Amino acid sequence: MNLIRAVEEGYKKDLGPFNVGDTVKVYVKVVEGDKERIQPFQGTVIGRKGSGTRESFSVRKISFGVGVERIFPVCSPIVDKVEVLKRGSVKRAKLYYLRGKKGKAAKIKEKEFSAD
Amino acid sequence: MTGILGKKLGMTQIFDETGKIFPVTVVEAGPCCVVQIKTRQNDGYEAVKVGFVEVKKEKKLSKPLAGIFKKVGTKPYKMLKEFPMGDLKVGDLLTVERFSKGDIVAVTGVTKGKGFQGVIKRHHYAGGPASHGSMFYRAPGSIGASSFPSRVWKNKGLPGHMGSEQVTVRNLRVVEVKAEQNLLLILGAVPGSPGSYLEIRKEN
Repeated sequence: MNLIRAVEEGYKKDLGPFNVGDTVKVYVKVVEGDKERIQPFQGTVIGRKGSGTRESFSVRKISFGVGVERIFPVCSPIVDKVEVLKRGSVKRAKLYYLRGKKGKAAKIKEKEFSAD
Repeated sequence: MTGILGKKLGMTQIFDETGKIFPVTVVEAGPCCVVQIKTRQNDGYEAVKVGFVEVKKEKKLSKPLAGIFKKVGTKPYKMLKEFPMGDLKVGDLLTVERFSKGDIVAVTGVTKGKGFQGVIKRHHYAGGPASHGSMFYRAPGSIGASSFPSRVWKNKGLPGHMGSEQVTVRNLRVVEVKAEQNLLLILGAVPGSPGSYLEIRKEN
């Protein structure tokens, strides 16, 4: 088991602290032909699941009136970095209820003061 | 042909540069010690007998086996297997360095025991409908015709013991070789539970 851990350790990555409810900008590496560029995906983190190298998080945004969700593995090399734009104050671990809401109802209260 | 003996440690997942996730089996392979060289003159065929998993307590070894190891002057090993390989001498160590990324391998091991199983699990029979008063659920059904042949055909799939048998999975790819830890990462699943022993052979 420890040797498996050691294998996984080589793929681990730290994206910095961010939580469910935060508005984040995920910088995704996109390969087009032979060129690589960074494409940001901005939205609300609606869930984090798994642990270790299997951890992933879902980001939801409204794009031209259509809800778009992307799931990113935390340790994936295509995730360049995650920038936290707003800290949200939420009472749930998964914000799946946002899927049925629009406009003001889908708004998340901002955290007034953070620990740091 | 290159072969090595190993121990299955378990499975995990790894990423490639493009972000694709691959399921891999982590195998602790070697170092295996060459115990005997079989030659055409002596044995009728050419092979190399290698040992894996050192026997720590001498009393756990049977006397005939202990004698063999004493004669060739190597440490005693629990697992002995032969591979048709050349250019080796007794006492040489086979390590994972003989394998490289991208190699196609065949892995032989003993599958997990499933116990006494019915025909649906063991032979993929379809079974009957669950409802509408069917009364025919997981039974094998008819096992043959009547006056001819007046017996059940050989190899007719029936309930019985499943698993715990030797199985070879071919065309698996080596994704990574970690020489300092004696680890091989093999794409996909291999037979057996974690801790079981495997034979890994390079396919040409």
